[in-house]
Amino acid sequence: MPAPVVELIDAVAVLGSFPALAGADLRVEQGDIVLLRGPNGAGKTTLLRLCAGLVPLVRGSGTILGFDVVAQRDEVRRHVGVLGHQNGLYLDLTVGENIRFWGDTVSASTEETSAAMERLGVADRLVDVPVRKLSAGQKRRTALACLVARRAQLWLLDEPHAGLDAVARDELDTTLREAAGAGATIVVASHELERAGSLATRAVDVVAGRVREAEPGSERS
Amino acid sequence: MSVWRIARLVARKDLQIEWNSRVLINQVLPFAGVTMVIFAFALDSDAVLERVAPGLVWLATMFSMLVLVQRTFAIETDDGALDALRVAGVDPRAIFAGKAMGLAVQLLVVEVVLLLAAIVLYRQTVPAGGVVLLVTTLISATCGLAAVGTLYGGLAAGFRGRETLLPLLTLPAVAPVLIGATRAVEAALGTAGAVVSDGWPWVGLLVVFAVAFGVGGSLAFGPLIDE
Repeated sequence: MPAPVVELIDAVAVLGSFPALAGADLRVEQGDIVLLRGPNGAGKTTLLRLCAGLVPLVRGSGTILGFDVVAQRDEVRRHVGVLGHQNGLYLDLTVGENIRFWGDTVSASTEETSAAMERLGVADRLVDVPVRKLSAGQKRRTALACLVARRAQLWLLDEPHAGLDAVARDELDTTLREAAGAGATIVVASHELERAGSLATRAVDVVAGRVREAEPGSERS
Repeated sequence: MSVWRIARLVARKDLQIEWNSRVLINQVLPFAGVTMVIFAFALDSDAVLERVAPGLVWLATMFSMLVLVQRTFAIETDDGALDALRVAGVDPRAIFAGKAMGLAVQLLVVEVVLLLAAIVLYRQTVPAGGVVLLVTTLISATCGLAAVGTLYGGLAAGFRGRETLLPLLTLPAVAPVLIGATRAVEAALGTAGAVVSDGWPWVGLLVVFAVAFGVGGSLAFGPLIDE
């Protein structure tokens, strides 16, 4: 049986003195698209940030892509991609320049970078367009192409549909399904349960800093 | 990937952004030029201007540096790119070195233009014997300014009100560069009877300053942007 991409056991993380995660258990397998559900302040974003090596673990244990979240945080960060409300793009660079920059940070070849652009549909018309001039959906696609170019194996998405129109949301869903089909593992925190639920292969509820497996088939509810 | 390779990537990216946006050419250089003209209006005496020209060049450089530092971190924070670099596990020492290199190149352009403006507006001349001292001063002072600007720019980037916080933090910190570079350029230009040999101890101070802030900045930058 292959090692899980995410394995958290009794994970406790604090923000200031507030225990944002209070003994969370989570296991995510390769190719999964996992939806994190829960009210504001339940700990969804902290859980994503813990998986990205951005929040220290104060109790419990965890591995991400086989790397220990305490002892190997830098390695964890190098292999995960985080997309939140912002896209992490340089607005005065073109789409191509952004993707090549992120590819270069991991010594990606020209072929790899071009493949990332092709895969996200930004290789032709958009490649020489400054990011500042893109629509919200095109920016989101460019950001995902950057994740592909820098070989992120685990995608952590915090409200990825926020700010997108219906067409861009459909495009994003298609992109994420294709990415999962190509081997990426995706964890999505979202309040838009119907849309994100139809995308997810599994849903978990985050309540008061703990994680509960949702009933099978309840992803959309 | 090595720290230096990533640093070169970051510097190249910053210079590409400058090339695409032309902020240095269209905004910073005109600002620096206008500052020199305003100084001339305010002092309104050829004799005084000739005496204080090196100091005015460095004052205008400091003001221009503040604009450049604001800009170099605005491009990182506009869409969360600095956070993305941090999240991607890019070595903060490489980010610091890369951004400092990019800033240094832009500062050098500003300084050369300001020196040319001083030659035209303030009737300065550069004697052949002072050229080496002048170039060494420009390079060492630029390295120090770039290191301080990057360090405090990174610190201020995470705060609300960073536009006012940055000058407050940076100007006192660069006072030694202002003093040392002014004295060294006075020696290079022969202002008020100064001789070239007077300038080299000040260059020593500039080098020590650049090394201290370069090393200290690269070590402190990670924790600063992580906060």
